[in-house]
Amino acid sequence: MGLRLSAISFLSNGPYSMDVRSGECVGLTGRSGIGKTQLLRAVADVIVHGGECSLDGKPSSHFTPPNWRKTVAMVPAESFWWYDTVDSHFQDGESLAAGRILLERLGFSSDVMGWQVSRLSTGERQRLSLFRTLITEPRVLLLDEPTSALDPKMTQVVEEIVVEKCSNKKTICLWVSHDQGQLFRVAERVFRLEVKALVSIGQQ
Amino acid sequence: MNVISLSAFDLCLAASLVLLLAGCSLRIGLGLEKRLLVSGVRMTVQLLLVGMVLKFLFASASLGLVMLMSFCMLLVAGYEVWARQKRKLRGSTGYLISTGSMLVSSFTVAFLALTVMVGVDPWYTPQYAIPLLGMLLGNTMNGVALASDRLTTDIYNQRGLVEQRLLLGESWQEASGDIRRDCMRTGMIPIINSMAAAGVVSLPGMMTGQILGGSSPFDAVKYQILIIFLIAAGTGFGVLTAIWLISSRLFDDRQRLILDCLSKLKGH
Repeated sequence: MGLRLSAISFLSNGPYSMDVRSGECVGLTGRSGIGKTQLLRAVADVIVHGGECSLDGKPSSHFTPPNWRKTVAMVPAESFWWYDTVDSHFQDGESLAAGRILLERLGFSSDVMGWQVSRLSTGERQRLSLFRTLITEPRVLLLDEPTSALDPKMTQVVEEIVVEKCSNKKTICLWVSHDQGQLFRVAERVFRLEVKALVSIGQQ
Repeated sequence: MNVISLSAFDLCLAASLVLLLAGCSLRIGLGLEKRLLVSGVRMTVQLLLVGMVLKFLFASASLGLVMLMSFCMLLVAGYEVWARQKRKLRGSTGYLISTGSMLVSSFTVAFLALTVMVGVDPWYTPQYAIPLLGMLLGNTMNGVALASDRLTTDIYNQRGLVEQRLLLGESWQEASGDIRRDCMRTGMIPIINSMAAAGVVSLPGMMTGQILGGSSPFDAVKYQILIIFLIAAGTGFGVLTAIWLISSRLFDDRQRLILDCLSKLKGH
């Protein structure tokens, strides 16, 4: 049970194989440009790749693409917003209401929903982007440098939230970061991505 | 009333205005002078040739020749739509889509008009068929080209946004929906505006031509109304077809945004 990557390859990278248990957080690091983001995009199935991912034994090809991406949800390093106000990007009012506490923990009051997207800071966008994905309760979280624009206090909050999701909701998490110290705080196992392999650099 | 015949000198005078414009373009570094001149020369040569071809065609009036002429016009229109896109779909697909959209926008509408509305006998009478098809191709081409160009450019420029929406679990139709609707509007708004302005701001070309040629203004107006309706419908359906066909090529069977199929933009 859990997320399985079977011989995932893209461009000249891979094949990468890995099993991630339910509720486990796995850290991924590696030098810039090695393909960490591409690996997450391959797992989310938004780029052409070899091999296949499966969740609880069910291969991604058995899901419709939108369902797979809702279940295995990636939060990209740079978030995008296409309407003028924040709330237009949240269609599901029910999950939004359920996410009030999460929103507060991320440092927002509820009037953030009426804010203009163009006036958000990079850090605010990053936290809201994470919030946008978290309230859909995905089974798997693919986080690409989720705290790159956050101050140490907010970084800690985000780390706590994700670790709680993993232990309480049995969410699976692949966390990409340059900060190995952070990965050892949040993840049970940490790997360094190389062109042809995932090299284990430690586990708790 | 007979039309006053234009002399070669009259035409040269008009052409000199365009030369002057090309000079200005060169002076202020607009970079349009070459295209302006080439297009001007093409227009002149093509129209002179088509004048000769039409003379021959009207005399023979055979279905085969009319169809041959029509398909040549269609292929050129398809090429024009394709060539005007900054980022084209690679290979023959892009050209086929452009031509297919022009087929929808012009051929079907022209055929309907000839058989049902004008009701000329035989329906392919070249005096009616060729000008009608020409008007349709020429006018719907703009809308289809505008919308197609905007679609590939916008999707390319907003690829991060489209992918973000895919990552949030939207289908490719939802993820590209706002962009596709914008492009459809871009393609259709010019003809909608020109419908609203017809007769008040502008006297449409065909009507002007008929009046100059000696028809009664009222007959000319009725033909013009027919033509504008046909152009509006043709443009609209052509744009819808083009946008649908192009956007469906930009996503693969797993609903991934595939931009490799677009030609690269060269720097200058």
